[in-house]
Amino acid sequence: MAVLVRVHDLAVSRGGRRAIEGVGFTLSAGEALILRGPNGIGKTTLLRTVAGLQPPTQGRIEADPDAIAYAAHADGLKGALSVAENLRFWRAVFGGPPVEPALAAMNLIALAERPAAMLSAGQKRRLGLARLLVTGRPVWVLDEPTVSLDAGSVALFAGAVRAHLAAQGAALIATHIDLGLPEARVLDLGAHKAAATAPARAPASFDEVFG
Amino acid sequence: MSIWEYANPVKFMRTSGAVLPWLVGATAICLPAGLIWGWSVPEDYKQGATVKIMFLHVPSAMMAINIWVMMLVASLIWLIRRHHVSALAARAAAPIGAVMTVVALVTGAVWGQPTWGTWWEWDPRLTSFLILLLFYLGYMALWSAIENPDSAADLTGVMCLVGSVFAFLSRYAAHFWNQGLHQGSTISVAPGDRISSVYSYPLYTCMLGFFLLFVTLLLIRTRTEIRRRRTAALLAREMRA
Amino acid sequence: MLALLIRDLRLATRAGGGFGLGLAFFLIVCTLVPFGVGPEGGTLALIAPGILWVGALLACLLSLDRIFALDWEDGSLDLLATAPLPMEGAVLVKAAAHWITTGLPLVVAAPVFGILLHLPSGAQGWLVAALLLGTPALSILGAFGAALTVGLRRGGLLMSLLVLPLYVPTLIFGAEAVRRGAAGGDGTTPLVLLAGITLATLAAIPFAAAGALRVNLR
Repeated sequence: MAVLVRVHDLAVSRGGRRAIEGVGFTLSAGEALILRGPNGIGKTTLLRTVAGLQPPTQGRIEADPDAIAYAAHADGLKGALSVAENLRFWRAVFGGPPVEPALAAMNLIALAERPAAMLSAGQKRRLGLARLLVTGRPVWVLDEPTVSLDAGSVALFAGAVRAHLAAQGAALIATHIDLGLPEARVLDLGAHKAAATAPARAPASFDEVFG
Repeated sequence: MSIWEYANPVKFMRTSGAVLPWLVGATAICLPAGLIWGWSVPEDYKQGATVKIMFLHVPSAMMAINIWVMMLVASLIWLIRRHHVSALAARAAAPIGAVMTVVALVTGAVWGQPTWGTWWEWDPRLTSFLILLLFYLGYMALWSAIENPDSAADLTGVMCLVGSVFAFLSRYAAHFWNQGLHQGSTISVAPGDRISSVYSYPLYTCMLGFFLLFVTLLLIRTRTEIRRRRTAALLAREMRA
Repeated sequence: MLALLIRDLRLATRAGGGFGLGLAFFLIVCTLVPFGVGPEGGTLALIAPGILWVGALLACLLSLDRIFALDWEDGSLDLLATAPLPMEGAVLVKAAAHWITTGLPLVVAAPVFGILLHLPSGAQGWLVAALLLGTPALSILGAFGAALTVGLRRGGLLMSLLVLPLYVPTLIFGAEAVRRGAAGGDGTTPLVLLAGITLATLAAIPFAAAGALRVNLR
């Protein structure tokens, strides 16, 4: 199996403070890895670092930045645009596969011409997943993807992730609630909480320099 | 030993702490000496006693520009070499520079009233200083608006770079826009100096005094900034432990 | 990049997009000034180049925070940062969209406002030319200010403080060109300098703005 993401001894900082350290994992094609941990430990920060939105404080991330599709709580959807327009835009930006199969996969064809502002929370989430499909990128990095979803929508989400894994994709998911993906590996970040006296091998922020 | 070692806060605190008393002493001698000397010069045959404003106006105007240049250099050092003390020094210098600019503007107005017959004139140099003041204010406002100190240092650094270019551009644009009343450069090394040595020596003393005052204030303020960062960092660590 | 431009234009022209607000603001400025200075045509003609330029400046400023703030809130900016499109390109495109929705309408409507303010007819051409060459710089500099303040609550006022001083050279050369035209002279020199500033900002500022955005996203 091809390794898509390899993380070595990673430390990330949030608000100038070292949040998690010593994190290491590999993610291969067809695999899902779930990051667990209490609120505020730095799951979001870790995901943003893997997605390349912020530099790691320490350690290495080996991944093709053009392989990663990142999705946070906000989906980057414009309420004034229709479902299809939103998807066509992100498809054009990422240069991924066509929009229609993604609409079909997420059961959105009937809603294609509806403005995104008129969708329910579950429909919006499905549109967010369809957006991930049209990026055409193999590694999904998802931050709390099932928050505010009912049981049916969670099952739909799990099905979408499984289909993605079956197509040799991979997923890195941060959550503190059950996703209905029992086959996924779980990494508990609680064990990687940064020590209060952070080692200043390479001070990365004001707090580490002056702490 | 390289100069970059002073970018280490501990080293900086130690060295600056040792230098500071000497700097305070030198400032305390040089600045009053220059101002009193300047006060006692004979009156100018054309401008009368008002010429003495020069001993405040010229050094403060000079420092207003030099401090911005120093901030630009410090910002570049931060952006390129990530030395934290450098970013804090740029932050510490900005209010001093803003005050110098205000002093230059106010003394300029007081000097301009009897000389040109107006408190304010949209003369290119005055205008440039007003714009410089706006840049100082924006820089300080941006520093205080951003909570994360690393982001604040980065963003103000970028703003300082862009601002420098536009302050420079504005200066030339203002010259294009209005030719102005200001005399040309008063002190020059070219032959045929236009200023008598009766004035120039106290003026040099005042300039040195203002420079020493700036360095002293800069060190004190940078030390305060470092201590403030240190308390914030310790507090954060305590809350997490 | 074209997709981003089309999306931004579409968003601006849909309901709630704020298209045309800048123009309406410009109209209000040009209506209020005569109330302030009196209706004498001579006075108005004298100050018209300045009023028109300052009005354009403020109208442009009004919509700057929309350039990045909305995309920041709904996460689009995160996604754009991870997209194959370079951040500098995104900045340039978003500034271009801002110019097409605010700057370009001002350029087109400027002669009408010039008539309102008794601008001599000989200066109308200079006014349009100066606005056409100068307003792109206003948009790209505004994008820089918006990038600096994108993550801040109540960043709008701070952004004005940061952006307006950057507008000084553009304002000076732009208004000077119109003023020379109004006096029956030749405004080519300030116009060329204005174009120079616009070209230089278009070339350099996207890098600074993209850097600021990356800092704000991390």
